[in-house]
Amino acid sequence: MPEFNLLNVDLIETDLEAKNKEEVIESLAKLLIAKGYVKDSYLGAILEREKIFPTGLPTEGVGVAIPHADLNHVLMPGIALAILKNPVKFNVMGNTAEEVDVKLVFMLAINEPKMQVNLLKNLVSMFQDKKLLLMLSNMTSKDRIISLLAPLISLNPPKS
Amino acid sequence: MKTKRIIVACGTGIATSTVVADKISEACKKEGINASIIQCKITELRSYADGADLIVTTTILKDKYNIPVINGLSFITGIGEEKAIQEIINELKK
Repeated sequence: MPEFNLLNVDLIETDLEAKNKEEVIESLAKLLIAKGYVKDSYLGAILEREKIFPTGLPTEGVGVAIPHADLNHVLMPGIALAILKNPVKFNVMGNTAEEVDVKLVFMLAINEPKMQVNLLKNLVSMFQDKKLLLMLSNMTSKDRIISLLAPLISLNPPKS
Repeated sequence: MKTKRIIVACGTGIATSTVVADKISEACKKEGINASIIQCKITELRSYADGADLIVTTTILKDKYNIPVINGLSFITGIGEEKAIQEIINELKK
């Protein structure tokens, strides 16, 4: 497997000021495009998908969104993260009529779901950890964010 | 007991359905239910639904199916997850 980093300081935005979800999505997608994780087509694909299949999650403590797009737009797996200065509204997954205030946006670049099932499971465990989400939503140091998340977000199965 | 066929669908068939399918598979193993789980995009659901025992989805299901449908969003948020597992197990044991 080629060397790659799922997480990278260049893929993190802290204290991001955005007026709406489209602005957040655009900032994060541009980071993934610039670093070669995804194709240029990813941004359009993800904006379109968010309209039809929204990805806001009414998680406990802090609202999270996980925008992602079809795997054919992805070149290598990675996760871009935005910690928003002020929450923006995302529509709730599976319930377009409802909105959730989101402060943490994890943009997922996934190309091999079978291989990345552990990564996805690790992410979901994290979304269920209210304390962790609260802590993360107030962090500003990218290096500290990586230190916190790297052991949690990995391609390896959760430690038992 | 015959193998139960479960379809797990989400918007892209990549992210949330992967997690939901995995969690259902674990729950079925625990309960001794033979399950064949198919993961797909919601737009492909029609072509897999024939002969299925259960549909679990994290997205909106506009079409009507003659198969029970359970919302799988709780597997992602953790809120109500136990209840959803129980609903699924009950449905499969019918």
